[in-house]
Amino acid sequence: MADAPNSPGPSPRPYGRPLSPHLQIYRWPITMAASITHRATGIALAAGSLLLAWWLVAAATGPDAYALFARAASNPLGEIVLFGFLWSLMFHLLNGIRHLAWDAGYGFHVPTARFTAVLVYVGSLLLAAGAFALGLMVKAGFGV
Amino acid sequence: MTARMRTPLARVEGLGAAKAGTMHFWHQRVTAVALVPLSIWFVASALAYVGAEQGAVAAYFAEPINAVPMFLFIVASVYHMSLGLQVIIEDYIHQEGAKIALLMLNRFACWAIGAASGFALIRMTLAGH
Repeated sequence: MADAPNSPGPSPRPYGRPLSPHLQIYRWPITMAASITHRATGIALAAGSLLLAWWLVAAATGPDAYALFARAASNPLGEIVLFGFLWSLMFHLLNGIRHLAWDAGYGFHVPTARFTAVLVYVGSLLLAAGAFALGLMVKAGFGV
Repeated sequence: MTARMRTPLARVEGLGAAKAGTMHFWHQRVTAVALVPLSIWFVASALAYVGAEQGAVAAYFAEPINAVPMFLFIVASVYHMSLGLQVIIEDYIHQEGAKIALLMLNRFACWAIGAASGFALIRMTLAGH
């Protein structure tokens, strides 16, 4: 950045002063939270794609390889991970549709953007919880 | 007028725009649109079969009606994922060498995951027939 015309030039920055306001300084508008969550769930889904590959490779390899996957998926920690994957997918899907609407020029009005952000959070939680419950019921039906 | 706005160097080089400026953006959107129905289909399939026995899963993906959408889901999501992770790396990694290395690693990892998933799918399809 250029110095002001009469400034004596760059001065050493005193210690202990913040450079500029950062994330923890700002109040978090829900639109900002949704944006950050979109990126975070994207990263989570990329990690989750490893689990998907594991599922498919195990199923293609045989019963022994699949048993290891099934054990991991049905232990409580595995179920938490699967729920996290499911919610991440639901959030990224709903917020992705919100992004596509923006690309088409709709939904930029601030109250609208706030409302759709709330919709995405609530909707993704409801969908993930409903789908997960359904999955558990299907699994109980298979008797695994 | 256009000619007068170009610098002499630009005129001599005669290159102009590469016409690829929005390609990353556009491919991200095309895969996003494709992934809307494919993800819904995938979640339904995964819910029905993630707790099933190996034989049931293999038989499910042996059917072309299930193998084809799964294949499309894998291709679209791996490509979408590589584009998204690329932007994250470009946003946060500023050291040039580390950035290039991570961008390469990103492509390698994404396509390796896609290849492993796709190969598993082909194997189940061929084994079922």
